[in-house]
Amino acid sequence: MYLYDTHDQAMVDARVAEFTDQVSRRLAGTLSEEQFRPLRLKNGLYLQLHAYMLRVAIPYGTLDSRQMRMLGDIADRYDRGYGHFTTRQNIQYNWIKLEDAPAILADLASVGMHAIQTSGNCIRNTTADHFAGAAPDEVEDPRPYAELLRQWSTFHPEFDYLPRKFKVAIIGSETDRAAMKLHDIGIQVYKDAGGQTALRIHVGGGMGRTPMIAPVIRDNLPPLQMISYLEACLRVYNRHGRRDNKYKARIKILVHEIGADEYRRQVEEEFAHILTLGLEPPPAEFARIKAQFADPAFDPAAPDAIDRSDPDFALWVDQNVHAHKAPGYAIVTISLKPVGGIPGDASADQIRLMADIARDHGFDELRVTHAQNIVLPHVKKADLHAIWQRLDAAGLATANLDLIGDIIACPGLDYCSLANARSIPVAQKISERFAETGRQRDLGELKLKISGCINACGHHHAGHIGILGVDRKGVENYQLLLGGSEAADTSIGTITGPGFSEDGVVDAIERATNVYLDQRAQGERFLDTYRRIGMAPFKEAIYG
Amino acid sequence: MSGERIKILTGNDLLTGDVTWWTGRGWSRHVAEASALGDDAAAIIATEEAARRVVSAYVIDATQDGASVRPAHIKDRVRALGPTVRLDLSLRAGDPDALIGLV
Repeated sequence: MYLYDTHDQAMVDARVAEFTDQVSRRLAGTLSEEQFRPLRLKNGLYLQLHAYMLRVAIPYGTLDSRQMRMLGDIADRYDRGYGHFTTRQNIQYNWIKLEDAPAILADLASVGMHAIQTSGNCIRNTTADHFAGAAPDEVEDPRPYAELLRQWSTFHPEFDYLPRKFKVAIIGSETDRAAMKLHDIGIQVYKDAGGQTALRIHVGGGMGRTPMIAPVIRDNLPPLQMISYLEACLRVYNRHGRRDNKYKARIKILVHEIGADEYRRQVEEEFAHILTLGLEPPPAEFARIKAQFADPAFDPAAPDAIDRSDPDFALWVDQNVHAHKAPGYAIVTISLKPVGGIPGDASADQIRLMADIARDHGFDELRVTHAQNIVLPHVKKADLHAIWQRLDAAGLATANLDLIGDIIACPGLDYCSLANARSIPVAQKISERFAETGRQRDLGELKLKISGCINACGHHHAGHIGILGVDRKGVENYQLLLGGSEAADTSIGTITGPGFSEDGVVDAIERATNVYLDQRAQGERFLDTYRRIGMAPFKEAIYG
Repeated sequence: MSGERIKILTGNDLLTGDVTWWTGRGWSRHVAEASALGDDAAAIIATEEAARRVVSAYVIDATQDGASVRPAHIKDRVRALGPTVRLDLSLRAGDPDALIGLV
């Protein structure tokens, strides 16, 4: 893991002091709300439906046990005993008091964390494959690149007031576990035909009210030119991106309107100029960063066998444990989706327990996934049963990863001031409807995603089954979408037809899954069957 | 819902962020204590925000029926209650009827 150097630490400490002063001035009345609002947003502090909400950055979703434990302690000390892990690999607290915000930032800074650039029209926290450094199919670990992006984008003066927010995701394998093509910029680290590391740059993806899959703008980019190339991408966007209409201000609109070829031409022109400026980090600095992501000291003698005699444990292993690149090791995903629970929520005690398990069994490392779960990337197979027992005792051993119960849901109208409808109650009802493990497993991989408004924080466009909550004359209404994906086969879902009530959409989903069960071919997932037979049979079953 | 249509004023407490409702003399966390506004909403907002007693204040439609005040829009009804999925954290914790009339 990357450890802050003195420069990083000085920067976050200075930000704490600055924000402490700003809060004091607000409370004293020398700053108006109009003046203070952009300052608090620069520190991740929103005013939401019920209270202030603090969004804490977790760079590329990676943290150690000390940081995770602090997140639990903050939930207890300043909030109401829980936190909400988000689709941006961050955590949010829902009940923050303004006067406590400086102390929270100080506590975060004490473990090398902050809330910088978790809001505003700047480059947000870079997200990455949550199996980075552990997955057997990985070509190269994307985290050093993500760290380089963090350092480049933090407080970048030219990109602090972009036309709109800007999100970057990076992966290092053919398997896309980061929804890379649905970001403003998606980066894939790959090996070229000669075996050399290269970068593929996608620009102009996104969800929201205008979902778009990012086209490839540049292939075969030398890794050490990544910063210069992104500088060029952002500079062209900053120059031409619309500022007159926030709904048309994201880079996807620019790329779409001028076309990928013209955007590429302008970027290449700018890139040629930027290359003359020597912006890239020295190779020695990149090597220093890479060294901090070296593999932990895997035990070459770690046994590969798993005792599966406990059937509940075996079920969890089958569903929530993935193969690891090192023999004798595995990747564990802890589902934050208990039956009827709130997707992504974890209590302070659960957060601290996950930290303890990472310390005891996982080389002190955890990841937050964009699917609102927690990963222990490096655990010995021999330790799996002990880990499962500890998780099970805390209600954290739900064996439903990538099944219909593993629902992504935004906070929705229960917490979010932008939402039009509640997301969480719908997720809870679906989870309960399909609770029986055997039934979920029979349905197999089925990614269901719910957003409470068109901003699509719940990634509904990319769900095999997606749900969008809308406001229809003051009443919550739910549109159903089928056929989305945020994996390597990225696709945007299609709306089935008229929307439903809260209970109606749950019934409609059950009917859609029945179509799948009736018509699936050998080995087909729900998404595969949908792509093969099309919308018509589903529509007929759903609307009768 | 029957009752008299009124305008009420809501916002958040500057310090705590709590949802608050203008009672005519001050602010309450309970929507039932909200009072109907006259033509003086803008002046109240200006005074109260300047005094740092409230932030992001705005006027909404509601219906008053006896002692009950029901915001017209579901968003404000959720604000008045608290998160419907964590009723233990709402203003009506332990009330089995808390969700009745919400939707």
